[in-house]
Amino acid sequence: MQLIPCPWCGPREETEFHYGGQAHVAYPQDPAALSDEDWAKFVFFRANPSGPLPERWTHSAGCRRWFNAVRDTRTHDLLAVYRLDEPRPVIP
Amino acid sequence: MNPTAPGADLPEHPDFLWDNPDPKRSYDVVVVGGGGHGLATAYYLAKVHGITNVAVLEKGWLAGGNMARNTTIIRSNYLWDESSGIYEHSLKLWEGLEEDLGYPILFSQRGVLNLAHGLQDVRDSVRRVEANKLNGIDAEWVDAAGVKEICPIVNTSPDVRYPVLGATYQPRAGIAKHDYVAWGFARAAAALGVDLIQDCEVTGIETAAGRVTAVDTTRGRIAAGKVALCAAGHSSVVAKMAGFDLPLVSHPLQALVSELLEPVHPTVVMSNAVHVYVSQAHKGELVMGAGIDSYAGYGQRGAFHIIEDQMAAALELFPVFARAHLLRTWAGIVDVTPDASPIVGLTPVENLYLNCGWGTGGFKATPGVGDCFAHTVAKGKPHPYAEPFTLDRFTTGALVDEHGAAAVAH
Repeated sequence: MQLIPCPWCGPREETEFHYGGQAHVAYPQDPAALSDEDWAKFVFFRANPSGPLPERWTHSAGCRRWFNAVRDTRTHDLLAVYRLDEPRPVIP
Repeated sequence: MNPTAPGADLPEHPDFLWDNPDPKRSYDVVVVGGGGHGLATAYYLAKVHGITNVAVLEKGWLAGGNMARNTTIIRSNYLWDESSGIYEHSLKLWEGLEEDLGYPILFSQRGVLNLAHGLQDVRDSVRRVEANKLNGIDAEWVDAAGVKEICPIVNTSPDVRYPVLGATYQPRAGIAKHDYVAWGFARAAAALGVDLIQDCEVTGIETAAGRVTAVDTTRGRIAAGKVALCAAGHSSVVAKMAGFDLPLVSHPLQALVSELLEPVHPTVVMSNAVHVYVSQAHKGELVMGAGIDSYAGYGQRGAFHIIEDQMAAALELFPVFARAHLLRTWAGIVDVTPDASPIVGLTPVENLYLNCGWGTGGFKATPGVGDCFAHTVAKGKPHPYAEPFTLDRFTTGALVDEHGAAAVAH
């Protein structure tokens, strides 16, 4: 269990949150133009790095708002937490 | 279960079972990953196909990843024909494996109960039992009284939050001793000439004209005619070295054991709904598994609240465990596919073969996938049992949706 810093509520216990998977996965701009391979990439393929991963969380037992975080998948350390309308921070 | 003292049927601790060679400059086949699947693949390559110029490369120590971290449950009661094919093939190999390897693996066919706690659970379970029967797999539906008869310590009171309404029962299912399984395969493979190379991490995969040619490792470059990936949780990382992506997310999967207890638990009990699965190891520990931690991770540890939920489920099902002490907890890293079925077969790179995506269910498949994957590597085309589990099913849409029978929440 670790503390996750909600951008609106501050640090809260992990059990208050739900995980939403990889962040910044945009819906295709022109769906009709997509090939089967492109659809497969959009629907099934997600980044799965051993290292920093931008991902979505929702503070479901608090403000119930979604936000993004960059988390190191090796250590579970949250390297950055930012709002959905903010760009992905550059992690040194 | 035998009324003998706990541990009485364990063999003596083994002496050295295989050599520890330095890597040669080249091999016919390089297997990446020295866990159960990698060792089994190397063994069947040598034994069935006569390909013995083989190296198994392991970044840590042999079978120190998921093979050392699972809950050792073996069963074949999956829903779809494709899964039944490969898991039942595996179970049949388990049934003769001790003789085949000439090594004790303590395979104990004590049966598995998959509990149902709601009306839809019951319907799904009965459907799966009938599907199993059509595939020639032993399965039956038992009601709550039947559960009590098979495993008297299960709480079948109707007064709990999620009462046990019944279970699927596969009598031929069971457990094996995971370390011994790995050591048995390692010993037999080494005896056939396979080089088992530990402390050798793959850092790059070389290709030329769309063919794999070599792997770069922390112990130098090793040329390879063929490369077989058996890297489980780290498959995405390894595949990226060869230039392609996989539809996988790696998650921590936690398990734990109690202190040693007298024999109290005669079978394997799994519950998908309240989520815990329990058996009693040969030595006497209660072995319990949880669902995966929700987030992606490679850290081989998970969050404590998952264990808390798992314990709550275990105590409701088995009030007798209330005073058992927790001995230790751990996590493996499982690579989960969108349809909860594995990916076995060819890749976009010629002579590079893929075995991954077993998620939470890889241990039971060890001999079966070893045999089928060795065939795939040796012949350059999928074994019939592996054929449905292609990488391109995520493009064609021919998924094998086993979320219901995978039995671990993910």
